[in-house]
Parts: sequence; C-alpha cells; structure tokens
Amino acid sequence: MTRLELRDVRKSFGALKVLAGVSLHVEEGEFVSILGPSGAGKSTLFQLLTGAIRGEGEMRFDGAPLDGARFAFMPQRDALMPWRRVIDNTTLGLEVQGMARRAARERVAPLFTEFGLAGFERAWPAELSGGMRQRAALLRTVVQQRDMLLLDEPFGALDALTRAAMQRWLEGMWRSHRWTALLITHDVREAVLLSDRIYVLSARPARVVREVAVPLPRPRTESAALAREAAAIEAGILDTLLGQPTPINDHPMENRND
Amino acid sequence: MAIGESIGAGESPPSRGRCPAGQKGSQRVERLRPLRSKMRLAIYVRRPPLACRPSPPQEGRSAVIAAFAKLAPATLAFALLLLAWELYASLGGIAPTVLPAPSRVLAQAWENRAALAENTLPTIRATLAGFACSLIAAFVLSALVDFLAPLRRALFPLLIASQTLPLVAIAPLVVLWFGFGLLPKILLVALVTFFPMMVALVEGYVATSAEISQMLAAMGAGRWRIFWLARLPSALPYFFAGLRISITYAVVGAIFAEYAGAAKGLGIYMLSAKNNFRPDLVLAAVAVSSALTLALFGLAVLVQLLAMPWERAGRDRKTEPSERRS
Repeated sequence: MTRLELRDVRKSFGALKVLAGVSLHVEEGEFVSILGPSGAGKSTLFQLLTGAIRGEGEMRFDGAPLDGARFAFMPQRDALMPWRRVIDNTTLGLEVQGMARRAARERVAPLFTEFGLAGFERAWPAELSGGMRQRAALLRTVVQQRDMLLLDEPFGALDALTRAAMQRWLEGMWRSHRWTALLITHDVREAVLLSDRIYVLSARPARVVREVAVPLPRPRTESAALAREAAAIEAGILDTLLGQPTPINDHPMENRND
Repeated sequence: MAIGESIGAGESPPSRGRCPAGQKGSQRVERLRPLRSKMRLAIYVRRPPLACRPSPPQEGRSAVIAAFAKLAPATLAFALLLLAWELYASLGGIAPTVLPAPSRVLAQAWENRAALAENTLPTIRATLAGFACSLIAAFVLSALVDFLAPLRRALFPLLIASQTLPLVAIAPLVVLWFGFGLLPKILLVALVTFFPMMVALVEGYVATSAEISQMLAAMGAGRWRIFWLARLPSALPYFFAGLRISITYAVVGAIFAEYAGAAKGLGIYMLSAKNNFRPDLVLAAVAVSSALTLALFGLAVLVQLLAMPWERAGRDRKTEPSERRS
C-alpha cells in the first residue's frame, strides 16, 4: 500500500529554484532514503512535508491530499531541550498532542531499555553522550505514533565510530518495528545499509536522477558476501552522484558537521 | 518547580537502582535500596543512582576548599586596602571628621546600630518592591514584544532613551510628583533595573534554537505553546545575566530616591549624617548598602542555581556515560 506519494513537487525561493519537480513514493513499512549532495534541497523537501513552507505540485498521503500531523520529525541535530530531563524530552511530542505528563511518562518509560537509555530517565541531556542523545531524540520521535518517520540526517553530527554504531542499531530497531520511514542523508553507506529503496537527487535545483532498489537481506552487517554486494551498490550510487556537473567550490559529498 | 519534579512515589520504573552498564557500584545500590523505600523517598531515578556517578567521593569538601581558595586573593586585597586606610587615617594626623579610620566607622556603626537598622528596613522595602515591579514588567513586556514585532520597534527607542536620563536630576522630580511615600522609590528602582532584564529576556527569546522551534511546530504546537515550551526556558540564562546586572543597581536606585526626599531610609540617613559632619556614619551607611547589594547578588546567583539545575549537570560532566549497543 502506498502511503506517501509526491508528484512533481517544486519549490523556489525567489529566483532560486531549489526543487525542480521531485516525484517519489513510500510504501507501508518501507524504509526509503533520499540521497543527495549538500545544499540540494533535501531539507526543503522535509519542510514542505511538515507544512513549515508551501510549494507547488502534488503531495498525497494514503491517497488523500497531505494534511498535517502525519509525520514524526527528527531534526538534524538532536534538538533535545537542555532544561528538560531525558524522560521529559522524550514525552514532548505526546505532551504537545495533549497527553497528561504522567500518562506520557508511563507510555515512554518501558521503551528506555530498548533504546539503551535505561537508568538515564532523570539525567539531563548534557549528561548523555552523542549517541545516547541521538537515541533519545529517536525515542521522542517514534513514541508520537505518527504514520511515518521523517529522519533528517539524524547521525550527521556524530563522530564516525558512533555513527557506524548508531546505523547498525537503527537497522536492528527497524527490523523489529518496521516503521514507515523517509531518511535524508548524504552518507551513501548509511543509505545502503538502512534502506529498501534510495532516491538519488541531483544538485540544486533538485530532481530525482536515479532510483535504486536495495534487495539485500537483513541484517546487512553480518556476512562478507553481503558487504561486497552493498559495496557494489554504493559504488554505483557514487558514480551517479560524482558524474554530475558540480560547482568547483561545493564538493558534493562533503560532510556538514556544523 | 523544576519540570517533572512530581514523578512521584509509587511508580516503579524498570531501571530502578540499576547501574547503567560499564559503571561500578551496583552493590552499594543494592544495599541502599531497602533503606530508600523505607524512607519513602521519591527521589529514585532522579539521576543515575548516586553510586553510579563518576564523581569523586569527597566532592563536597574539596568544592568548599576550592571556593575558599578562589576567594582568598580578593579577601587579602580587601584586607590590605583596609589596613592601609587604617594606618593612613590614624598615623597621618587626619581629622576623623574628614577621613575616619575603618575601626572608627565600625565602632560608630555599632554604637548607632539601632538608627542604622531603622533606616535600613525602608530601603530594603523600597528595593524589593521596586525590583519586584520591575521584574514583572520585564516579563510581561518582553513577552508582548516577542509576540508583536511592531511593539518592539515602538518601545525600544523609548526604553533606551529612559536609560539616558541623569538620575540625579530625575530623582528630585519624581519625588516632587509622587511625594515622599513608597511610589517614587519603586519608580526609580524600576527605572534603573528594568532595562537590563528586558533586553536580556528579548534577546533570550530570539536565541531559541531554530531546530527546536521547527520540531515543535512539526509536532503541532502553536505560537503560544512554542513560547512556553521553548522560548521562555531558552531565555533563562540570558535573563539571569540581566538580573545579576540590574540587581546591583537596585539598592543604589532606592538610595538615590531617598536622598531626594524621604522620611526614613539609608539615603536620607546618609544625607543627614553628611550635613552633621559625620563621615563615619555616612561610610557606615555605605557599608550597609554595599552589604545589601552583595546579599541580593548572592541571592540572584542562588536562585539561578536552583532554577537551572541542568547548567550544573552540563558543567559537572567530566566523563562520558558509557556507550551501549543493544
């Protein structure tokens, strides 16, 4: 069943064309990634989906025009509130939905073990490591029980080792929960490890230049044979990305760790 | 007070008393658990259990020693200054009606302690009343300005102009208009303390992380909700910075107002002591007003520590909690 469907979505800021007709779809229980160079307009796409900005083109959810409150959104940096304890950060979405704080805590508390945060319920975010903060942010996102997750480069600000650990962890979590998810990333390996399908965007103005299915069995980190297949897919995607004409000062695969 | 202080007794989270992996001390927690439940303390997972935290055991004592070590140079400098003054005043042949020695100031202050106390109370009252009004006005107006951008453009030039008024000239006028009661003092204290807090709050709201605002909006929070959940708490560190600045003006503002006209108060006490050629009593009153300001400043710092416990948590964190994979 198709949940999200975009047809020819366009967006310009004044004379600056950011999205030049993006079409994509996400099925129920599918993990889809949008991969593209920095500044390609990936985040603009998410802002369109969450309703922060308006654009042109058609956005449908479950066949009907997209209305609000379909997505649980996880921003680039963890966006944990330093003045709320970890448990109160994770209940934030439920509280905004109008759930009483106590009930929201009871809903969230049993999930702390699975998210590797047991014992840190009443810690402050400043007391957590980068990976733990990101897991808390993901917990805050998934407990909202929306129809679909929007993950905006969730591991972009982590060091390489923690990022690799978090990617494996997220793959494991996804295997048991089968969230319908749309991930924005510029990390090819991350996209191949996590996704069922990958949309490769061009540099600005963005359009889909390639759609890559990743038919590898999960878990994908177990065998050497799988790693070789994954590497072949990665190489193909990199060729697509680097084959595009890009501005000299704007290397398409640079990491934005700001 | 602090968010979520009321998680309450009776609930039993799965992690109670258990140490996060990689940290020692679980045995000690096991030992503490019956004691804790017997005492019905509701503080269980307030943080990772105490024994799991990486802090050194003598943290309290070493912190006190460190605080004293930090204060020592300032104390020494102050003592030396007083000593030099004492020697100069007593050995230099200067009349006590011109420059009294610190010892004389102290002795006279003690002798006139009843009069000093009697005049200190109205000053404290004027300071606190004025500061409270100023605080409320700063919160209300800053929130209004945050919601209505045009109001900000209308108000800020006026507020900045208000800071250019020479207090010496304004104080007698305010007393002329509003009499010798509490009102002119409240107004003058508010005039000197309002601006730093107002500016700090408005800048604090603006400093709210865009990602947090965007995330709240995606969750479906409205403008007011975002203000309450994100903008106001984000402004707290700014607010306390402004508060610490403005609270040092508050006592001085009250004394200025009293100087211009009052029945009782440190300001009027200083004025009459000066007119009676008693610089020792003027200085005694000055010492009292300094002590008042320092006490208020200390109070502001204390309130900040209590209101923003996460600040300390961030500073205290020396070692990373162990990273775990599931």
